[in-house]
Amino acid sequence: MIRELHQKLINKEITAEKLALDYLACIEKKDKDFFAYISVTKDLALEQARKVDEKIARGESIELLEGIPGAIKDNLCISGVRTTASSKILDNYVAPYDATVIKKLKENGAVFLGKTNLDEFAMGSSTENSAYGVTKNPYDLTRVSGGSSGGSAAAVALDEAVWALGTDTGGSIRQPASFCGVVGLKPTYGRVSRYGAIAMASSFDQIGPLTKTVEDAAIILSVIAGQDKMDATSAHSSGKDYAKYLTGEIGGMRIGIVKEYIDGLGEKEKKAISEIIETYKKLGAEIKEINLPHIKYSLPVYYIIVPCEVSSNLARFDGIKYGLSIDDEENSGLGENRMPKKLLETYLDSRHYGFGKEVQRRIMLGTYALSSGYYDAYYLRAQKVRTLIREDFEKAFLEVDLILTPITPTAAFKIGEKIEDPLEMYLADIFSITANIVGVPAISVPGTKIETDGHDLPIGFQLMGKWFDEENVLNVAHAYEINK
Amino acid sequence: MINKDEVKHIAGLARIGITEKEVEKFSADLSAVLDWIKQLEKVDTSKVVPTSRVHGSINVAREDKVYAFSEKEKIIELFHEKKNGYDKVRSVL
Repeated sequence: MIRELHQKLINKEITAEKLALDYLACIEKKDKDFFAYISVTKDLALEQARKVDEKIARGESIELLEGIPGAIKDNLCISGVRTTASSKILDNYVAPYDATVIKKLKENGAVFLGKTNLDEFAMGSSTENSAYGVTKNPYDLTRVSGGSSGGSAAAVALDEAVWALGTDTGGSIRQPASFCGVVGLKPTYGRVSRYGAIAMASSFDQIGPLTKTVEDAAIILSVIAGQDKMDATSAHSSGKDYAKYLTGEIGGMRIGIVKEYIDGLGEKEKKAISEIIETYKKLGAEIKEINLPHIKYSLPVYYIIVPCEVSSNLARFDGIKYGLSIDDEENSGLGENRMPKKLLETYLDSRHYGFGKEVQRRIMLGTYALSSGYYDAYYLRAQKVRTLIREDFEKAFLEVDLILTPITPTAAFKIGEKIEDPLEMYLADIFSITANIVGVPAISVPGTKIETDGHDLPIGFQLMGKWFDEENVLNVAHAYEINK
Repeated sequence: MINKDEVKHIAGLARIGITEKEVEKFSADLSAVLDWIKQLEKVDTSKVVPTSRVHGSINVAREDKVYAFSEKEKIIELFHEKKNGYDKVRSVL
Protein backbone atom coordinates (compact mmCIF):
# COMPACT_ATOMS: atom_id res chain seq x y z
CA MET A 1 0.00 0.00 0.00
CA ILE A 2 2.76 2.43 0.95
CA ARG A 3 4.54 1.86 -2.36
CA GLU A 4 1.38 2.59 -4.40
CA LEU A 5 0.65 5.77 -2.43
CA HIS A 6 4.27 6.83 -2.87
CA GLN A 7 3.89 6.41 -6.66
CA LYS A 8 0.74 8.54 -6.60
CA LEU A 9 2.57 11.26 -4.69
CA ILE A 10 5.53 11.41 -7.07
CA ASN A 11 3.22 11.20 -10.12
CA LYS A 12 1.31 14.14 -8.62
CA GLU A 13 -1.97 12.22 -8.74
CA ILE A 14 -2.55 13.28 -5.14
CA THR A 15 -0.85 15.68 -2.72
CA ALA A 16 0.34 14.65 0.72
CA GLU A 17 -2.03 17.23 2.19
CA LYS A 18 -5.02 15.74 0.37
CA LEU A 19 -3.96 12.27 1.45
CA ALA A 20 -3.78 13.36 5.10
CA LEU A 21 -7.14 15.15 4.80
CA ASP A 22 -8.76 12.02 3.32
CA TYR A 23 -7.58 9.94 6.28
CA LEU A 24 -8.58 12.65 8.78
CA ALA A 25 -12.06 12.67 7.19
CA CYS A 26 -12.26 8.91 7.60
CA ILE A 27 -11.33 9.25 11.29
CA GLU A 28 -13.98 11.94 11.69
CA LYS A 29 -16.59 9.68 10.11
CA LYS A 30 -15.85 6.32 11.75
CA ASP A 31 -14.02 6.93 14.98
CA LYS A 32 -16.97 8.06 17.09
CA ASP A 33 -18.25 4.48 16.78
CA PHE A 34 -14.99 2.55 16.97
CA PHE A 35 -12.73 4.75 19.14
CA ALA A 36 -9.32 3.85 17.74
CA TYR A 37 -7.85 7.27 18.56
CA ILE A 38 -7.38 8.98 21.91
CA SER A 39 -6.23 12.17 20.23
CA VAL A 40 -6.03 13.33 16.62
CA THR A 41 -3.05 15.54 15.74
CA LYS A 42 -4.58 17.29 12.74
CA ASP A 43 -2.35 20.38 12.79
CA LEU A 44 0.83 18.35 13.10
CA ALA A 45 -0.29 16.01 10.29
CA LEU A 46 -1.09 18.85 7.89
CA GLU A 47 2.14 20.68 8.70
CA GLN A 48 4.16 17.51 8.03
CA ALA A 49 2.22 16.81 4.83
CA ARG A 50 2.69 20.33 3.44
CA LYS A 51 6.45 20.05 3.89
CA VAL A 52 6.40 16.95 1.69
CA ASP A 53 4.28 18.71 -0.92
CA GLU A 54 6.75 21.60 -0.99
CA LYS A 55 9.59 19.16 -1.60
CA ILE A 56 7.71 17.51 -4.45
CA ALA A 57 6.87 20.94 -5.92
CA ARG A 58 10.57 21.84 -5.84
CA GLY A 59 11.28 18.70 -7.84
CA GLU A 60 13.17 17.00 -5.01
CA SER A 61 13.04 13.23 -4.61
CA ILE A 62 11.18 11.85 -1.59
CA GLU A 63 11.60 8.76 0.59
CA LEU A 64 9.15 5.85 0.38
CA LEU A 65 7.44 6.78 3.64
CA GLU A 66 7.42 10.52 3.03
CA GLY A 67 3.91 11.97 3.22
CA ILE A 68 2.32 8.63 4.16
CA PRO A 69 -0.05 9.08 7.12
CA GLY A 70 0.12 6.76 10.12
CA ALA A 71 -0.99 6.39 13.73
CA ILE A 72 1.11 6.15 16.88
CA LYS A 73 0.18 4.14 19.95
CA ASP A 74 -0.34 6.53 22.84
CA ASN A 75 2.50 5.10 24.91
CA LEU A 76 5.11 6.46 22.48
CA CYS A 77 6.34 9.99 23.08
CA ILE A 78 5.99 12.70 20.44
CA SER A 79 7.50 15.98 21.61
CA GLY A 80 4.84 18.57 22.39
CA VAL A 81 2.00 16.06 22.02
CA ARG A 82 -0.18 14.72 24.85
CA THR A 83 0.88 11.15 25.65
CA THR A 84 -1.40 9.35 28.11
CA ALA A 85 -0.58 5.60 27.92
CA SER A 86 -4.39 5.44 28.41
CA SER A 87 -3.91 6.22 32.09
CA LYS A 88 -5.53 8.91 34.19
CA ILE A 89 -2.17 9.38 35.88
CA LEU A 90 -0.79 10.77 32.59
CA ASP A 91 -3.96 12.55 31.47
CA ASN A 92 -2.24 15.94 31.31
CA TYR A 93 1.23 14.73 30.26
CA VAL A 94 2.79 16.46 27.26
CA ALA A 95 5.91 14.59 26.18
CA PRO A 96 9.03 16.78 26.34
CA TYR A 97 10.96 14.74 23.77
CA ASP A 98 10.59 12.40 20.79
CA ALA A 99 10.93 8.64 21.11
CA THR A 100 13.76 7.36 18.90
CA VAL A 101 11.23 5.66 16.57
CA ILE A 102 9.39 9.00 16.25
CA LYS A 103 12.62 10.83 15.51
CA LYS A 104 13.43 8.30 12.77
CA LEU A 105 9.95 8.47 11.27
CA LYS A 106 10.10 12.29 11.26
CA GLU A 107 13.49 12.18 9.53
CA ASN A 108 11.87 9.98 6.89
CA GLY A 109 9.00 12.42 6.38
CA ALA A 110 6.17 10.27 7.77
CA VAL A 111 2.91 12.02 8.72
CA PHE A 112 1.33 11.48 12.18
CA LEU A 113 -2.48 11.50 12.29
CA GLY A 114 -2.83 10.92 16.02
CA LYS A 115 -2.36 8.77 19.09
CA THR A 116 -4.20 5.45 19.40
CA ASN A 117 -5.98 3.77 22.27
CA LEU A 118 -4.45 0.98 24.36
CA ASP A 119 -4.95 -0.84 27.63
CA GLU A 120 -3.59 1.33 30.43
CA PHE A 121 0.23 1.20 30.26
CA ALA A 122 -0.23 -1.61 27.69
CA MET A 123 -1.47 -4.02 30.36
CA GLY A 124 -4.29 -6.02 28.84
CA SER A 125 -5.54 -7.83 25.78
CA SER A 126 -8.70 -5.90 24.85
CA THR A 127 -8.28 -2.11 25.48
CA GLU A 128 -10.96 -2.61 28.14
CA ASN A 129 -8.35 -1.43 30.66
CA SER A 130 -8.07 1.97 28.93
CA ALA A 131 -9.13 4.91 31.10
CA TYR A 132 -10.75 6.45 28.01
CA GLY A 133 -12.95 3.69 26.56
CA VAL A 134 -12.89 0.47 24.54
CA THR A 135 -11.82 0.26 20.89
CA LYS A 136 -14.54 -1.72 19.07
CA ASN A 137 -13.74 -4.43 16.58
CA PRO A 138 -13.91 -3.24 12.93
CA TYR A 139 -15.86 -6.41 12.00
CA ASP A 140 -18.33 -6.43 14.92
CA LEU A 141 -19.01 -3.49 17.22
CA THR A 142 -19.89 -5.78 20.14
CA ARG A 143 -16.40 -7.31 20.15
CA VAL A 144 -12.97 -6.10 21.21
CA SER A 145 -10.18 -5.08 18.85
CA GLY A 146 -7.71 -6.88 21.06
CA GLY A 147 -4.90 -5.29 22.97
CA SER A 148 -3.03 -3.71 24.10
CA SER A 149 -2.41 -2.04 20.68
CA GLY A 150 -6.12 -2.33 19.84
CA GLY A 151 -6.40 1.28 18.67
CA SER A 152 -3.48 0.89 16.26
CA ALA A 153 -4.86 -2.36 14.79
CA ALA A 154 -8.38 -0.97 14.40
CA ALA A 155 -7.10 2.29 12.85
CA VAL A 156 -5.29 0.36 10.11
CA ALA A 157 -8.20 -2.04 9.52
CA LEU A 158 -10.71 0.85 9.31
CA ASP A 159 -8.55 2.87 6.85
CA GLU A 160 -8.09 5.51 9.55
CA ALA A 161 -4.32 5.18 8.98
CA VAL A 162 -2.08 3.59 6.36
CA TRP A 163 0.24 2.19 9.00
CA ALA A 164 0.53 2.29 12.78
CA LEU A 165 3.09 1.71 15.49
CA GLY A 166 2.37 -0.50 18.46
CA THR A 167 4.32 -1.99 21.33
CA ASP A 168 4.41 -5.69 22.16
CA THR A 169 5.27 -7.08 25.60
CA GLY A 170 3.35 -10.37 25.42
CA GLY A 171 1.46 -10.15 22.12
CA SER A 172 0.18 -6.57 22.20
CA ILE A 173 0.92 -6.01 18.49
CA ARG A 174 0.16 -9.50 17.17
CA GLN A 175 -3.06 -10.33 19.04
CA PRO A 176 -4.98 -7.17 17.98
CA ALA A 177 -3.56 -7.62 14.46
CA SER A 178 -5.14 -11.09 14.44
CA PHE A 179 -8.49 -9.79 15.75
CA CYS A 180 -8.59 -6.93 13.21
CA GLY A 181 -7.29 -8.79 10.15
CA VAL A 182 -4.03 -6.85 9.71
CA VAL A 183 -0.31 -7.65 9.78
CA GLY A 184 1.52 -7.11 13.10
CA LEU A 185 5.26 -7.52 13.60
CA LYS A 186 7.12 -7.77 16.90
CA PRO A 187 10.80 -7.42 16.02
CA THR A 188 13.62 -9.22 17.85
CA TYR A 189 14.25 -7.77 21.32
CA GLY A 190 16.90 -5.12 20.68
CA ARG A 191 16.12 -4.61 16.98
CA VAL A 192 14.27 -1.34 17.67
CA SER A 193 15.24 1.22 20.32
CA ARG A 194 12.76 1.47 23.20
CA TYR A 195 13.77 5.05 24.09
CA GLY A 196 10.60 7.10 24.45
CA ALA A 197 8.27 4.12 24.78
CA ILE A 198 6.60 4.34 28.19
CA ALA A 199 8.10 1.26 29.81
CA MET A 200 5.97 -1.65 30.96
CA ALA A 201 8.37 -4.62 31.23
CA SER A 202 11.76 -3.59 29.96
CA SER A 203 13.16 -7.05 29.14
CA PHE A 204 10.05 -7.87 27.03
CA ASP A 205 8.90 -4.61 25.38
CA GLN A 206 9.47 -4.03 21.67
CA ILE A 207 8.05 -1.46 19.26
CA GLY A 208 6.81 -2.65 15.89
CA PRO A 209 4.48 -1.92 12.95
CA LEU A 210 0.84 -2.80 12.24
CA THR A 211 0.00 -2.59 8.55
CA LYS A 212 -2.27 -3.88 5.78
CA THR A 213 0.52 -5.82 4.01
CA VAL A 214 3.76 -7.57 4.91
CA GLU A 215 5.66 -5.27 2.58
CA ASP A 216 4.40 -2.21 4.48
CA ALA A 217 5.59 -3.79 7.76
CA ALA A 218 9.00 -4.35 6.15
CA ILE A 219 9.13 -0.70 5.01
CA ILE A 220 8.32 0.61 8.49
CA LEU A 221 10.76 -1.77 10.19
CA SER A 222 13.57 -0.63 7.88
CA VAL A 223 13.01 2.93 9.07
CA ILE A 224 12.67 2.31 12.82
CA ALA A 225 15.32 -0.42 13.33
CA GLY A 226 18.83 0.27 14.55
CA GLN A 227 21.19 0.72 17.45
CA ASP A 228 20.66 3.76 19.65
CA LYS A 229 22.85 5.21 22.36
CA MET A 230 19.68 6.03 24.33
CA ASP A 231 18.81 2.32 24.69
CA ALA A 232 21.71 0.16 25.85
CA THR A 233 19.80 -3.01 24.92
CA SER A 234 19.39 -1.98 21.28
CA ALA A 235 21.47 -4.19 19.03
CA HIS A 236 23.94 -3.41 16.29
CA SER A 237 22.16 -3.03 12.97
CA SER A 238 23.44 -3.48 9.45
CA GLY A 239 20.80 -1.09 8.10
CA LYS A 240 18.85 -3.63 6.09
CA ASP A 241 16.12 -2.71 3.63
CA TYR A 242 13.73 -5.47 4.65
CA ALA A 243 11.41 -5.00 1.65
CA LYS A 244 14.23 -6.29 -0.58
CA TYR A 245 13.98 -9.76 0.96
CA LEU A 246 10.35 -10.30 -0.03
CA THR A 247 10.89 -12.68 -2.95
CA GLY A 248 8.02 -15.01 -2.02
CA GLU A 249 10.43 -17.91 -2.73
CA ILE A 250 10.43 -20.27 0.23
CA GLY A 251 11.36 -23.63 -1.34
CA GLY A 252 13.34 -25.77 1.14
CA MET A 253 12.50 -23.52 4.08
CA ARG A 254 12.05 -25.67 7.21
CA ILE A 255 8.96 -24.66 9.20
CA GLY A 256 8.39 -26.16 12.65
CA ILE A 257 4.96 -26.79 14.12
CA VAL A 258 4.11 -27.49 17.76
CA LYS A 259 1.58 -30.32 18.01
CA GLU A 260 0.27 -29.44 21.51
CA TYR A 261 -0.55 -25.93 20.34
CA ILE A 262 -2.67 -27.12 17.41
CA ASP A 263 -4.33 -30.02 19.30
CA GLY A 264 -5.70 -27.59 21.88
CA LEU A 265 -7.63 -25.53 19.32
CA GLY A 266 -11.35 -25.64 18.53
CA GLU A 267 -12.49 -27.35 15.31
CA LYS A 268 -12.82 -24.21 13.16
CA GLU A 269 -9.51 -22.80 14.32
CA LYS A 270 -7.78 -26.15 13.79
CA LYS A 271 -9.11 -26.35 10.24
CA ALA A 272 -7.92 -22.80 9.56
CA ILE A 273 -4.37 -23.51 10.70
CA SER A 274 -4.26 -26.86 8.82
CA GLU A 275 -5.09 -25.04 5.59
CA ILE A 276 -2.25 -22.60 6.20
CA ILE A 277 0.17 -25.49 6.76
CA GLU A 278 -1.04 -27.08 3.50
CA THR A 279 -0.42 -23.82 1.64
CA TYR A 280 3.16 -23.77 2.90
CA LYS A 281 3.69 -27.38 1.86
CA LYS A 282 2.51 -26.53 -1.64
CA LEU A 283 4.93 -23.63 -1.76
CA GLY A 284 7.80 -26.04 -1.15
CA ALA A 285 8.38 -25.60 2.58
CA GLU A 286 9.30 -28.60 4.67
CA ILE A 287 6.97 -28.94 7.69
CA LYS A 288 8.53 -30.55 10.78
CA GLU A 289 7.01 -31.30 14.14
CA ILE A 290 9.13 -29.85 16.93
CA ASN A 291 9.19 -30.29 20.66
CA LEU A 292 9.37 -27.35 23.07
CA PRO A 293 9.01 -29.14 26.42
CA HIS A 294 9.07 -26.03 28.64
CA ILE A 295 6.66 -23.75 26.76
CA LYS A 296 3.85 -24.96 28.98
CA TYR A 297 5.43 -22.85 31.71
CA SER A 298 5.47 -19.68 29.60
CA LEU A 299 2.37 -18.10 31.13
CA PRO A 300 3.38 -18.41 34.80
CA VAL A 301 6.94 -17.28 33.96
CA TYR A 302 5.53 -14.24 32.16
CA TYR A 303 3.08 -13.36 34.92
CA ILE A 304 5.84 -13.31 37.52
CA ILE A 305 8.61 -11.49 35.70
CA VAL A 306 6.39 -8.92 33.98
CA PRO A 307 4.69 -7.71 37.20
CA CYS A 308 8.13 -7.47 38.84
CA GLU A 309 9.39 -5.23 36.04
CA VAL A 310 6.09 -3.31 36.10
CA SER A 311 6.33 -2.60 39.81
CA SER A 312 9.80 -1.16 39.28
CA ASN A 313 9.03 0.79 36.08
CA LEU A 314 5.81 2.34 37.37
CA ALA A 315 7.39 3.55 40.61
CA ARG A 316 8.17 6.78 38.73
CA PHE A 317 4.49 7.80 38.64
CA ASP A 318 4.29 9.42 42.04
CA GLY A 319 2.27 12.60 41.57
CA ILE A 320 5.41 14.70 41.94
CA LYS A 321 7.37 15.08 38.71
CA TYR A 322 4.53 15.03 36.16
CA GLY A 323 1.04 13.71 35.61
CA LEU A 324 -1.87 13.53 38.02
CA SER A 325 -1.14 14.83 41.51
CA ILE A 326 -3.79 14.41 44.18
CA ASP A 327 -2.50 17.01 46.52
CA ASP A 328 -5.55 18.62 48.07
CA GLU A 329 -6.50 18.83 51.73
CA GLU A 330 -9.38 16.38 51.37
CA ASN A 331 -9.08 13.37 53.62
CA SER A 332 -9.12 10.50 51.15
CA GLY A 333 -9.42 7.84 53.85
CA LEU A 334 -6.20 6.24 52.67
CA GLY A 335 -2.91 5.86 54.49
CA GLU A 336 -2.55 7.37 57.91
CA ASN A 337 -4.90 10.32 57.22
CA ARG A 338 -2.47 12.84 58.61
CA MET A 339 -3.58 16.45 58.39
CA PRO A 340 -2.09 18.53 57.02
CA LYS A 341 -1.05 15.98 54.40
CA LYS A 342 2.56 14.91 54.04
CA LEU A 343 4.49 13.67 51.00
CA LEU A 344 3.45 10.04 51.61
CA GLU A 345 -0.24 10.93 51.23
CA THR A 346 0.48 12.57 47.88
CA TYR A 347 1.98 9.27 46.70
CA LEU A 348 -0.81 7.09 48.10
CA ASP A 349 -3.64 9.26 46.79
CA SER A 350 -2.14 9.95 43.35
CA ARG A 351 -1.42 6.26 42.73
CA HIS A 352 -4.82 5.23 44.12
CA TYR A 353 -6.82 7.55 41.86
CA GLY A 354 -4.38 7.63 38.94
CA PHE A 355 -3.96 3.91 38.24
CA GLY A 356 -6.68 1.50 37.08
CA LYS A 357 -7.36 -1.86 38.71
CA GLU A 358 -5.25 -4.06 36.42
CA VAL A 359 -2.24 -1.78 36.75
CA GLN A 360 -2.58 -1.77 40.54
CA ARG A 361 -2.95 -5.56 40.54
CA ARG A 362 0.29 -6.02 38.58
CA ILE A 363 2.22 -3.50 40.67
CA MET A 364 1.04 -5.30 43.83
CA LEU A 365 1.89 -8.73 42.43
CA GLY A 366 5.37 -7.61 41.39
CA THR A 367 5.98 -5.84 44.68
CA TYR A 368 5.02 -9.03 46.52
CA ALA A 369 7.22 -11.29 44.36
CA LEU A 370 10.22 -8.99 44.85
CA SER A 371 9.65 -8.37 48.54
CA SER A 372 11.98 -9.71 51.20
CA GLY A 373 11.83 -13.49 51.51
CA TYR A 374 10.01 -14.20 48.22
CA TYR A 375 12.64 -13.26 45.61
CA ASP A 376 14.12 -16.77 45.23
CA ALA A 377 10.77 -18.53 45.13
CA TYR A 378 9.22 -16.31 42.47
CA TYR A 379 11.46 -13.98 40.47
CA LEU A 380 14.66 -16.04 40.47
CA ARG A 381 12.87 -19.32 39.75
CA ALA A 382 10.93 -17.70 36.89
CA GLN A 383 14.15 -16.32 35.35
CA LYS A 384 15.64 -19.83 35.51
CA VAL A 385 12.63 -21.38 33.79
CA ARG A 386 12.91 -18.57 31.24
CA THR A 387 16.40 -19.88 30.45
CA LEU A 388 14.99 -23.38 29.90
CA ILE A 389 12.37 -22.01 27.48
CA ARG A 390 15.07 -20.14 25.60
CA GLU A 391 17.18 -23.28 25.36
CA ASP A 392 14.16 -25.11 23.89
CA PHE A 393 14.03 -22.49 21.14
CA GLU A 394 17.79 -22.65 20.54
CA LYS A 395 17.54 -26.41 20.04
CA ALA A 396 14.46 -26.12 17.83
CA PHE A 397 16.19 -23.58 15.59
CA LEU A 398 18.93 -26.12 14.84
CA GLU A 399 16.25 -28.18 13.08
CA VAL A 400 13.95 -25.55 11.62
CA ASP A 401 14.19 -22.01 10.22
CA LEU A 402 10.85 -20.77 11.54
CA ILE A 403 8.05 -21.87 13.86
CA LEU A 404 4.40 -21.62 12.79
CA THR A 405 1.75 -21.45 15.51
CA PRO A 406 -1.72 -20.02 16.10
CA ILE A 407 -1.57 -16.47 17.48
CA THR A 408 -4.91 -16.42 19.34
CA PRO A 409 -7.03 -19.38 20.53
CA THR A 410 -10.14 -17.83 18.92
CA ALA A 411 -11.21 -14.82 16.87
CA ALA A 412 -12.12 -11.58 18.75
CA PHE A 413 -14.11 -12.11 21.94
CA LYS A 414 -17.05 -10.05 23.17
CA ILE A 415 -16.61 -6.82 25.11
CA GLY A 416 -17.03 -7.69 28.80
CA GLU A 417 -16.56 -11.44 28.26
CA LYS A 418 -13.24 -11.80 30.09
CA ILE A 419 -12.69 -8.55 31.95
CA GLU A 420 -13.98 -9.78 35.33
CA ASP A 421 -11.55 -12.68 35.49
CA PRO A 422 -7.91 -11.57 35.14
CA LEU A 423 -6.61 -15.13 35.04
CA GLU A 424 -8.85 -16.09 32.12
CA MET A 425 -7.67 -13.00 30.21
CA TYR A 426 -4.04 -14.01 30.88
CA LEU A 427 -4.60 -17.57 29.59
CA ALA A 428 -5.59 -16.30 26.13
CA ASP A 429 -2.00 -15.03 25.68
CA ILE A 430 -0.64 -18.58 25.48
CA PHE A 431 0.61 -18.43 21.86
CA SER A 432 1.98 -14.90 21.81
CA ILE A 433 4.00 -14.53 25.00
CA THR A 434 6.80 -17.04 24.34
CA ALA A 435 8.29 -14.81 21.61
CA ASN A 436 8.73 -12.07 24.24
CA ILE A 437 10.08 -14.45 26.87
CA VAL A 438 12.86 -15.58 24.54
CA GLY A 439 13.14 -12.36 22.50
CA VAL A 440 12.66 -13.79 18.97
CA PRO A 441 10.94 -11.89 16.14
CA ALA A 442 7.32 -12.88 15.48
CA ILE A 443 4.65 -11.80 13.05
CA SER A 444 0.88 -12.18 12.99
CA VAL A 445 -0.39 -12.67 9.45
CA PRO A 446 -4.08 -12.53 8.46
CA GLY A 447 -5.32 -16.06 7.75
CA THR A 448 -8.89 -17.01 6.91
CA LYS A 449 -12.10 -15.67 8.43
CA ILE A 450 -14.05 -17.68 10.99
CA GLU A 451 -17.83 -17.50 11.12
CA THR A 452 -18.92 -16.59 14.67
CA ASP A 453 -22.51 -15.61 15.56
CA GLY A 454 -23.26 -14.49 12.03
CA HIS A 455 -20.09 -12.43 11.61
CA ASP A 456 -17.09 -13.43 9.55
CA LEU A 457 -14.27 -12.60 11.94
CA PRO A 458 -10.61 -12.53 10.93
CA ILE A 459 -8.01 -14.65 12.69
CA GLY A 460 -4.29 -14.60 12.10
CA PHE A 461 -1.47 -17.07 12.48
CA GLN A 462 2.03 -16.57 13.83
CA LEU A 463 5.52 -17.12 12.44
CA MET A 464 8.43 -16.91 14.88
CA GLY A 465 11.97 -16.69 13.54
CA LYS A 466 15.52 -16.89 14.80
CA TRP A 467 16.90 -13.93 16.71
CA PHE A 468 17.50 -11.01 14.29
CA ASP A 469 16.17 -12.97 11.30
CA GLU A 470 13.30 -10.62 10.47
CA GLU A 471 14.01 -11.02 6.74
CA ASN A 472 12.95 -14.69 6.69
CA VAL A 473 9.98 -14.07 8.98
CA LEU A 474 8.76 -11.34 6.64
CA ASN A 475 9.46 -13.29 3.45
CA VAL A 476 7.66 -16.44 4.61
CA ALA A 477 4.70 -14.29 5.75
CA HIS A 478 4.74 -12.54 2.37
CA ALA A 479 4.74 -15.90 0.52
CA TYR A 480 1.46 -16.86 2.24
CA GLU A 481 -0.06 -13.44 1.66
CA ILE A 482 0.45 -13.58 -2.12
CA ASN A 483 -0.55 -17.25 -2.48
CA LYS A 484 -3.51 -17.70 -0.16
CA MET B 1 -3.12 -17.32 50.17
CA ILE B 2 -2.32 -13.69 50.79
CA ASN B 3 -4.14 -12.44 53.83
CA LYS B 4 -5.46 -8.93 54.40
CA ASP B 5 -2.50 -7.78 56.50
CA GLU B 6 -0.10 -8.89 53.76
CA VAL B 7 -2.15 -7.00 51.15
CA LYS B 8 -1.94 -3.84 53.26
CA HIS B 9 1.80 -4.32 53.73
CA ILE B 10 2.35 -4.75 49.96
CA ALA B 11 0.13 -1.76 49.13
CA GLY B 12 2.26 0.29 51.53
CA LEU B 13 5.48 -0.86 49.86
CA ALA B 14 3.97 -0.09 46.45
CA ARG B 15 2.76 3.33 47.65
CA ILE B 16 -0.81 2.66 46.53
CA GLY B 17 -3.58 3.83 48.83
CA ILE B 18 -6.30 1.16 49.10
CA THR B 19 -9.67 1.01 50.84
CA GLU B 20 -10.89 -1.83 53.09
CA LYS B 21 -13.13 -3.12 50.30
CA GLU B 22 -10.20 -3.20 47.88
CA VAL B 23 -8.11 -5.14 50.40
CA GLU B 24 -10.50 -8.07 50.09
CA LYS B 25 -10.58 -7.99 46.29
CA PHE B 26 -6.77 -7.82 46.05
CA SER B 27 -6.44 -10.64 48.55
CA ALA B 28 -8.61 -12.90 46.36
CA ASP B 29 -7.11 -11.81 43.00
CA LEU B 30 -3.47 -12.03 44.07
CA SER B 31 -3.99 -15.36 45.80
CA ALA B 32 -5.56 -16.85 42.64
CA VAL B 33 -2.64 -15.75 40.47
CA LEU B 34 0.00 -16.89 42.99
CA ASP B 35 -1.65 -20.32 43.36
CA TRP B 36 -1.60 -20.72 39.60
CA ILE B 37 2.05 -19.66 39.44
CA LYS B 38 2.97 -22.45 41.91
CA GLN B 39 3.15 -24.91 38.98
CA LEU B 40 6.70 -23.63 38.40
CA GLU B 41 7.77 -25.51 41.53
CA LYS B 42 7.57 -28.71 39.46
CA VAL B 43 10.49 -27.65 37.27
CA ASP B 44 13.98 -28.73 38.31
CA THR B 45 15.98 -25.50 38.17
CA SER B 46 18.87 -26.58 40.41
CA LYS B 47 21.49 -26.37 37.65
CA VAL B 48 19.99 -23.56 35.57
CA VAL B 49 21.49 -20.08 35.20
CA PRO B 50 18.79 -17.37 35.44
CA THR B 51 18.19 -15.24 32.36
CA SER B 52 19.55 -11.72 32.58
CA ARG B 53 19.38 -10.84 28.89
CA VAL B 54 17.69 -12.47 25.89
CA HIS B 55 20.43 -11.80 23.37
CA GLY B 56 24.18 -11.62 23.50
CA SER B 57 24.89 -8.03 24.53
CA ILE B 58 27.41 -7.86 27.37
CA ASN B 59 28.59 -4.77 29.25
CA VAL B 60 27.30 -2.10 26.92
CA ALA B 61 29.45 0.93 27.64
CA ARG B 62 29.88 4.42 26.31
CA GLU B 63 32.27 7.28 26.84
CA ASP B 64 31.68 8.97 30.21
CA LYS B 65 30.62 12.26 28.70
CA VAL B 66 27.86 14.62 29.79
CA TYR B 67 25.20 15.43 27.18
CA ALA B 68 23.03 18.42 28.00
CA PHE B 69 19.27 17.81 27.73
CA SER B 70 17.91 20.64 25.63
CA GLU B 71 14.30 20.49 26.81
CA LYS B 72 14.80 21.42 30.48
CA GLU B 73 12.03 24.03 30.42
CA LYS B 74 9.51 21.52 29.07
CA ILE B 75 10.25 19.22 31.99
CA ILE B 76 9.87 22.00 34.57
CA GLU B 77 6.58 22.90 32.88
CA LEU B 78 5.24 19.47 33.89
CA PHE B 79 5.80 19.96 37.64
CA HIS B 80 2.60 20.10 39.66
CA GLU B 81 3.92 22.97 41.77
CA LYS B 82 7.09 24.86 40.94
CA LYS B 83 9.16 27.54 42.61
CA ASN B 84 12.24 29.18 41.09
CA GLY B 85 12.71 26.26 38.71
CA TYR B 86 12.41 23.71 41.51
CA ASP B 87 9.71 21.06 41.99
CA LYS B 88 7.91 21.93 45.23
CA VAL B 89 6.61 18.99 47.32
CA ARG B 90 4.97 18.52 50.71
CA SER B 91 7.14 17.91 53.75
CA VAL B 92 8.35 14.36 54.30
CA LEU B 93 7.82 14.31 58.08
